[in-house]
Amino acid sequence: MSTNIDKLHDDHHHTPTGIMRWITTTNHKDIGSMYLWFSLIMFFVGGLMALVIRAELFQPGLQLVVPGFFNQMTTMHALVMIFGAVMPAFVGLANWQLPIMIGAPDMALPRLNNWSFWILPFAFTMMLSTLFMDSGGPAAGWTLYPPLSLQGGDSFPYTILAIHMLGLSSILGAINVIATILNMRAPGMTLMKMPIFVWTWLITAFLLIASMPVLAGAVTMLLTDKFFGTMFFTASGGGDPVMFQHIFWFFGHPEVYILILPAFGIVSTIIPAFSRKRLFGYDSMVYATASIALLSFIVWAHHMFTVGMPLAGEIFFMFTTMLIAIPTGVKVFNWVATMWRGSMTFETPMLFAIAFIVLFTIGGFSGLMLAMVPADFQYHDTYFVVAHFHYVLVPGAVFAIMAAVYYWLPKWTGKMYNEGLGKLHFWLTTIFVNLTFFPMHFVGLAGMPRRIPDYAVQFADFNAIASVGAFGFGLSQLVFVYILFNTLKKDVTAEDKVWDGAEGLEWTLSSPPPYHSFEEAPKVD
Amino acid sequence: MRISNILLMVIFPVTAFAEWETNMPRGVTPTSEVAYDLHMLIFYITVVIGILVFGAMLYSIIYHRKSLGHEPAKFHESTKVEIIWTVIPFIILVGMAVPATKALIMMEDTRDSEITLKVTGYQWMWQYEYLEDNVTFFSKIDTESNTARRLNSGVDVKNVNNYLRNVDNAVVLPINTKVRILLTANDVIHAWWVPELGGKKDAIPGYVNEIWVDIQEPGTYRGQCAELCGKDHGFMPIVVHAVSKPEYYKWVGIQKTNKFAKNK
Repeated sequence: MSTNIDKLHDDHHHTPTGIMRWITTTNHKDIGSMYLWFSLIMFFVGGLMALVIRAELFQPGLQLVVPGFFNQMTTMHALVMIFGAVMPAFVGLANWQLPIMIGAPDMALPRLNNWSFWILPFAFTMMLSTLFMDSGGPAAGWTLYPPLSLQGGDSFPYTILAIHMLGLSSILGAINVIATILNMRAPGMTLMKMPIFVWTWLITAFLLIASMPVLAGAVTMLLTDKFFGTMFFTASGGGDPVMFQHIFWFFGHPEVYILILPAFGIVSTIIPAFSRKRLFGYDSMVYATASIALLSFIVWAHHMFTVGMPLAGEIFFMFTTMLIAIPTGVKVFNWVATMWRGSMTFETPMLFAIAFIVLFTIGGFSGLMLAMVPADFQYHDTYFVVAHFHYVLVPGAVFAIMAAVYYWLPKWTGKMYNEGLGKLHFWLTTIFVNLTFFPMHFVGLAGMPRRIPDYAVQFADFNAIASVGAFGFGLSQLVFVYILFNTLKKDVTAEDKVWDGAEGLEWTLSSPPPYHSFEEAPKVD
Repeated sequence: MRISNILLMVIFPVTAFAEWETNMPRGVTPTSEVAYDLHMLIFYITVVIGILVFGAMLYSIIYHRKSLGHEPAKFHESTKVEIIWTVIPFIILVGMAVPATKALIMMEDTRDSEITLKVTGYQWMWQYEYLEDNVTFFSKIDTESNTARRLNSGVDVKNVNNYLRNVDNAVVLPINTKVRILLTANDVIHAWWVPELGGKKDAIPGYVNEIWVDIQEPGTYRGQCAELCGKDHGFMPIVVHAVSKPEYYKWVGIQKTNKFAKNK
């Protein structure tokens, strides 16, 4: 009955139909969906680039691409996955979930919301178009280190402008998130009663606002070095190439946590729901998230231990980096304590969340090893690093996003996905992700540098395994796409409270929720 | 030069690599050994932590499931527990920081070296200058690898001698001698890395970075550029022949004679 009334209510809005609906929409759900679809498309675009890389690395010797194009692929794969797949996915989840989790009708700044999304397709069109230029796309790595990046061809200014637009989109999105969370919570929902996902996004938004302008500054200086004769990073003109790395990583390290804090929030939501037990140590989870965010601003130089810093600098950044293990450890322990003596079931979102904890922790362990400067002199810029950050980003951030989609999809659509297929997708993904990235630890330790199109023959066997894993991982994601379309075809049958152990305001709404979510603020006590 | 290289190859057979190598080499210098020992220490610590944490999770997953009729407990916070699992990791970290800092101080101490080798990175080769002995040469990938690595070269790279890890002119260094290596670059950033001689450092235009090696065992050690430096970044190998001191000075003598002959 209630669904009928909501549907009638929707008719009053006279929203445009067809493509204009999506271009002009200011609705948080429409925008959230667009972000998520965009992210999925970019996930496949970036994934195809990864498969070009893995196909070339399947065997020693160059079989498919020339080294220059290989470098364009590694550079673009990173830019697309970070700025096109993972970040928009989290913003999409924020758009969908924040209003319905805090009892609000929509985001605080709906028109800004529309604008922050629609910048993205244009930015990526511009960035990807560089691949079709005569001189090809950017090839100096996503970190754009000068002087190498200054050797770039026509793609260079396009890439920089695209990065500016992506930064703008992120900052606008972050402002919207902060305005929404601080102003639009239901009466009674104090900060320390907010769902943990809302907390992690609030902190992430502050990180975005603090770090994105730094990236903008760094790439602008690159641009003036290239075209206007400044010498910020050019040694022959009195500039300093290492200064770029300091500025870049002052953005880059908070960026790493921008990619993982919302994932922490998702896992902290899903683990209690399927353990049928409250999250252990809510307060300490909030404090741990805040400490990670603060520490993220004083650890940047651990990405550049080999540039020849003074001993005191190396020791300082080693110690601060090691400190991050403490709040991160607290989070992992709290998740295990939440599961401990719960009453668990293992639906697809729970499976992805558990795999997240295990595999993210493995990535954390290799992170701790990388923090040890003497050992890092060996690990630095090898496949060991590649293995490390893919463990925290793929079975880390990406698994959390998948868990979130399975968890909330029935709420968003009112339709239940096929649980058997979901589990199939989970197991295929988990097996192949390890097959892809675990052998990279071995070749890295044995001495294979990253970002090389061809390698000495002693690395051949593990590279072949990793390539098989990568293709398996890529194909497994087609199962995910099938599940999505298969779900959308179904009739609305999902209950309002889809999961019996789930907590939160979003489950008090109908499935799918009404157009304006909470027209009247719910009471929270 | 060529003859002496071949001679060295015969005396010191090419280092054999296991096909399924899974770990960092312990190497042949004090710095590579401390890096390896620290690496193994941290590795074992994380393995123990991993067994405890994943073990608790696994126990919970097996026994605390709804299908076994397990009822959820009610506890959801404990300041005491939070303090315990903040303090214990902190103590473990201090235990890791102490040996790491000691090793780092040792690695960064480049004083009292006998020989100084200056290495300059170029796109895409290395220049070596022996500052005391006034010997200078360029070193780039050998012709056999360079032919085989072309796209669809038709060469089975498995038959190429040390594919991508062989050079025209190798570095020769004496064993049991502290050698200071100065690193810089002429165009973009490179990084000089031979795993068995210890860690890498970046070679940066406008900077002179320092590392040191004290090779304990004669042999041939291979590495390559470790910082993305453009399209042929993957094709900048490094080969170091470590020989006894008398042989080293004999080699230096030959280099000087060759140079003299060339200049004439």
